[in-house]
Amino acid sequence: MNENHQVILETRNLNIYYGNFQAVANVNLQIPRHKITAIIGPSGCGKSTLLRSFNRMNELVPSARTEGEILFNNENIYDPSIDPVEVRRRIGMVFQKPNPFPKSIYENIAWGLRINGFRGSKSDLDNLVEEALRDAALWDEVKDKLDQSGLSLSGGQQQRLCIARTIALRPEVILMDEPASALDPIATLRIEELMQELKNNYTIIIVTHNMQQAARVSDYTAMMMLLNHEERVGTVIEFDRTKTIFTNPKDKRTEDYVTGRFG
Amino acid sequence: MSAISSLRDLTYERQLTIRQRKGRVLEVIAFFSILLGIAILLTLLIDVFLDGLPWLHPRLFTEFPSRFPEKAGLRSALQGSIWLMVFTALMAIPIGVGAGIYLEEFAPKNRLTEFIEINIANLAGVPSIIYGLLGLGLFVRGLGLGRSLLAGALTMTLLVLPIIIVTTREAIRAVPRSIRLAALALGANEWETARDHVLAYSMPAILTGVILAMSRAIGETAPLITIGALTYIAFDLRGPLDIFTVLPIQIFNWVSLPQKDFQNLAAAGIIVLLALLLSMNAIAIWLRNRLFIRW
Repeated sequence: MNENHQVILETRNLNIYYGNFQAVANVNLQIPRHKITAIIGPSGCGKSTLLRSFNRMNELVPSARTEGEILFNNENIYDPSIDPVEVRRRIGMVFQKPNPFPKSIYENIAWGLRINGFRGSKSDLDNLVEEALRDAALWDEVKDKLDQSGLSLSGGQQQRLCIARTIALRPEVILMDEPASALDPIATLRIEELMQELKNNYTIIIVTHNMQQAARVSDYTAMMMLLNHEERVGTVIEFDRTKTIFTNPKDKRTEDYVTGRFG
Repeated sequence: MSAISSLRDLTYERQLTIRQRKGRVLEVIAFFSILLGIAILLTLLIDVFLDGLPWLHPRLFTEFPSRFPEKAGLRSALQGSIWLMVFTALMAIPIGVGAGIYLEEFAPKNRLTEFIEINIANLAGVPSIIYGLLGLGLFVRGLGLGRSLLAGALTMTLLVLPIIIVTTREAIRAVPRSIRLAALALGANEWETARDHVLAYSMPAILTGVILAMSRAIGETAPLITIGALTYIAFDLRGPLDIFTVLPIQIFNWVSLPQKDFQNLAAAGIIVLLALLLSMNAIAIWLRNRLFIRW
């Protein structure tokens, strides 16, 4: 991997289980700061599980168990002294299906700020809301209807509202779990353009089924694959610059997958 | 004559006719079932209104019960019913909603929780007289509250608690998991998520359930008779430890009297009770239609 970039997240011997079933085995990744890293691979190989382990959302599944370490700025987020709430505040997440709160557009953004301790004036809050909406390229479309329900927006707008809600907290990393898979091509394009804007200030990790999307938007790509089909344990088989993964992969399985020779 | 007629399957066509006829017969039966229901309800309402309307007089609300039908009213029964509701609501809503939230949001999923859940669901189906007997043993005698309004409200609380818990849980379950995940991913803790999202969005449904539970409580007679709610009270309620009566008991008492005038007075009482119940249900329906969130 290119050493010029600072590493923001690093997994060490990461193993994730659901009960007795191992979902992800032995992942060692170094995610570079202010880059877009894509996680690709066939269905059911643990991409989303790996993604959710980065902000400890996995442990909301009662049977989930994580072994190994994930270092965030060289600090293990799985250390017993770390509160997952703190982790999630600094590593935000955008979900597959847009899930705005059934509150006003304004409240969708203001709520996260308030619970995280915002105690300023109304006009300060207004400014932060506007800034988040501008950064998510949504401001011009919603500035006249901030009091309308977030659910009244189109799917693509809802997803950008969810991104705005996340970046309002100024996290360092944004995890995106197939953020455009429920959107039409135009809305998808807007999200992809937005990601390019956001990477100036944020590190983005995106799970996608869409290899063209991975090739278009990401700087680095992690290729995941099942170790063997009987036990359905997934792992990262190759991690490199996206260009390398798509043009000159080292692993034969990666080559088969990105050229479409593998289901 | 043509190729089509030679392809016709006579057995199939005969069966099709029979199948369609069966469908029509069922439709007619279903239609008469609903007609019967409505007819019975209408007869009841018309009968009650014919008897009771002439007696629906302001006096009915201002006077205490009396030996003389033209001087008798529902004053003490109305007071009893309203205060019984207030006290029942004060106790049942926080406990019931709280229990529902705990079971749905926080309780570990284990055998004990499952056991509790099954028992609460069963309690909702227990005949109300059983609660009356429990109230008599526990509150009236055990705690020495006597035949007081408080003992009645505690008994009613027990009666409506399972209903409130079950409806609260259903309302909470209707909030999609994706909303909880969204809140948690913003760095909210479980309590903040429950308070500002899960509870906020399920509140209209919870409220609807609470109102329906309360309207059940206001119509209940058996458990209150069991704990000894008096039927003849000719003074205003002086506090929660005072003896009391409620609308259905007063109505029951009047119906059992021989004079025709008291029968009519009972009919007027029924109209008052019905109006109270229907307006509560109307509020519940209004809430459901106005405030519910469509996901």
